Amino acid sequence: MGALLDIDRLAVALPGPRGPLPILHDVSLTVGEGELVGIAGESGCGKSMTAQTVLGLLPPGAKTTGSARFDGRELLTLDRKGWQRVRGRGIAMVFQDPTAALHPMLTVGTQLTEHMRIHLGMNRKAAQRRAVDLLDQVRLPDPERALRAYPHQFSGGMRQRVAIAGALAAQPRLLIADEPTTALDVTVQAGILALLDRLRRDTGLAVAFITHDLGVLSALTARSYVFYAGRVVEAGPTGALLTGPRHPYTAALLGARPHGGQTGVALTPIPGSPPAPGELPPGCAFSTRCAHVRDECRTAVPPLHPAGPDRTSACVIRTELEVAA
Amino acid sequence: MTLLEIEAVHVEHKPRGRAPVRAVAGVDLAVAPGQIVGLVGESGCGKSSLARVAAGLTAPSAGQVRYAGRPVTPLGWRRRNADEVGLQMVFQNPYASLNPRRAVGEQLLDGVPAEVAGPARRARVAELLDRVGMPATAAARYPHQFSGGQRQRLAIARALAPQPRVIIADEPVTALDASSQAQVVNLLVGLVRELGMGMLFISHDLALVHEIADVTAVMYLGKIVEAAPTRRLWEQPLHPYTRALIDAVPRISAEPVLPATLAGEVPDPANAPSGCRFAPRCPHAFDRCAEAPPTVATGPSAAVACWLHQPQPAHL
Repeated sequence: MGALLDIDRLAVALPGPRGPLPILHDVSLTVGEGELVGIAGESGCGKSMTAQTVLGLLPPGAKTTGSARFDGRELLTLDRKGWQRVRGRGIAMVFQDPTAALHPMLTVGTQLTEHMRIHLGMNRKAAQRRAVDLLDQVRLPDPERALRAYPHQFSGGMRQRVAIAGALAAQPRLLIADEPTTALDVTVQAGILALLDRLRRDTGLAVAFITHDLGVLSALTARSYVFYAGRVVEAGPTGALLTGPRHPYTAALLGARPHGGQTGVALTPIPGSPPAPGELPPGCAFSTRCAHVRDECRTAVPPLHPAGPDRTSACVIRTELEVAA
Repeated sequence: MTLLEIEAVHVEHKPRGRAPVRAVAGVDLAVAPGQIVGLVGESGCGKSSLARVAAGLTAPSAGQVRYAGRPVTPLGWRRRNADEVGLQMVFQNPYASLNPRRAVGEQLLDGVPAEVAGPARRARVAELLDRVGMPATAAARYPHQFSGGQRQRLAIARALAPQPRVIIADEPVTALDASSQAQVVNLLVGLVRELGMGMLFISHDLALVHEIADVTAVMYLGKIVEAAPTRRLWEQPLHPYTRALIDAVPRISAEPVLPATLAGEVPDPANAPSGCRFAPRCPHAFDRCAEAPPTVATGPSAAVACWLHQPQPAHL
């Protein structure tokens, strides 16, 4: 049996002033039933564009090649009706900013029950009961009262939990969470990570968790993909990937984060900044910032190749890399 | 010697038609030259209100802030007193301190002290840009022509123009990507280590504060519940809230380990619990916590406000 979500050699180009602008190149990614998969990288690396493709939210004029299958069904050729069936019951999404997903002038109850009445055909009473259940599941205090409240009456962390309850309302099989905890305090973040993990265990929900925080990636996910400039540069079991990176970009990201304990020791920044789409250097996109660059890196894009058990890396160096301490 | 002293500062916000909110309820904090003091806490704990008072942007409702021994007077419409320009602030959003319609060089010139005259002024601008790792050609460009990380470096250059001795940085790297974050953090740490400035570094990123601060203060609902040399605080947190914050930081490990969760929500500061403010969420709360715990010294530049760590009364 195939994976629940199976993206194969996906490429996406957006219309630009000087012709199509390639955003994603040759992205292959799978998420299994009940699996927690991490997607990491800096802003503009294509993480969110991948999510938008899978939800049919690409801007008009976007060109896609390759395939993205959900539960065996091709997504890239769906029409409007087809997308409506996939969104909600199949795939749901949680954004970094919960206010983006909640209507400010409708009560939480109205917004939660709407999904259930449309996607699950529930009547008002049954939907109300399930809404209370959902809010209870995301550990919102006093769910009955919360149903009558408006989004602005909650704190940021509570709003994000309401947004997650909303995403779960129609019983999706895959939840795409795009930096859902980035704007939150660590204590609130810990609660949301625990919630997602519990939902996966209890209901078999699959989660694709997009983040730039490698600590969150490690704490939550079993398997991860690291994106750079619209490509997957490294993939594998999260623990192995973060404790023994095989791509210089993963190693550089690890070096740039605080490693704790050594007060006064500076971080190791990655020189320069990520290239904009359409301004990629020839060859490996990371070659201009890479500490291990060789001549061959500047001519051809290195393909993903096996790099240890269940691991792949798109780098000519095939051994484990040191992380700058 | 301390450069910046915050003494018994209270900040009260009075929203129209609602009860006053005590954002800061009596805080003492000091920053010495060449020292980074980290201030951490959850959103809404009063960190930013305290930062604005410390920088003299708003007046405290009680208490005092002193810079180099003199009281800081809140900023008015007039040009700031020459003695006080040594106190500068860096904000989370670099646009808060850059004018989008003026070239970067012009804005940096504004801050260069009047004693520097003639061609030396332009030379100073080039030095400032170099200091923050930007090319001299940046002077002729406008803020929107730079990336977020570069813009934050320009905002730091602007803060450095009057040759400050203390910088108050309020979440300076929160909005930046991993690569620019490390660049800006290193720049700020370099300023303190090389130029002997003092810095109050406010962040909700505990791992980052752990990495760079000499002393860390933990704030909860308007009060500092614990302060200690960073390493000590991290290795041996005394206050249950400090422990909860540290345990909530996700870590990199070979197997996924979920960070520990803290029960409950941060209460609304408008009706903060009486007694110890953390008690309703504290796993160790007991009878005494109904009364507010005093802050007691636990070592050099270390103090905690918790009933679990009070010197035992002699008669017991």
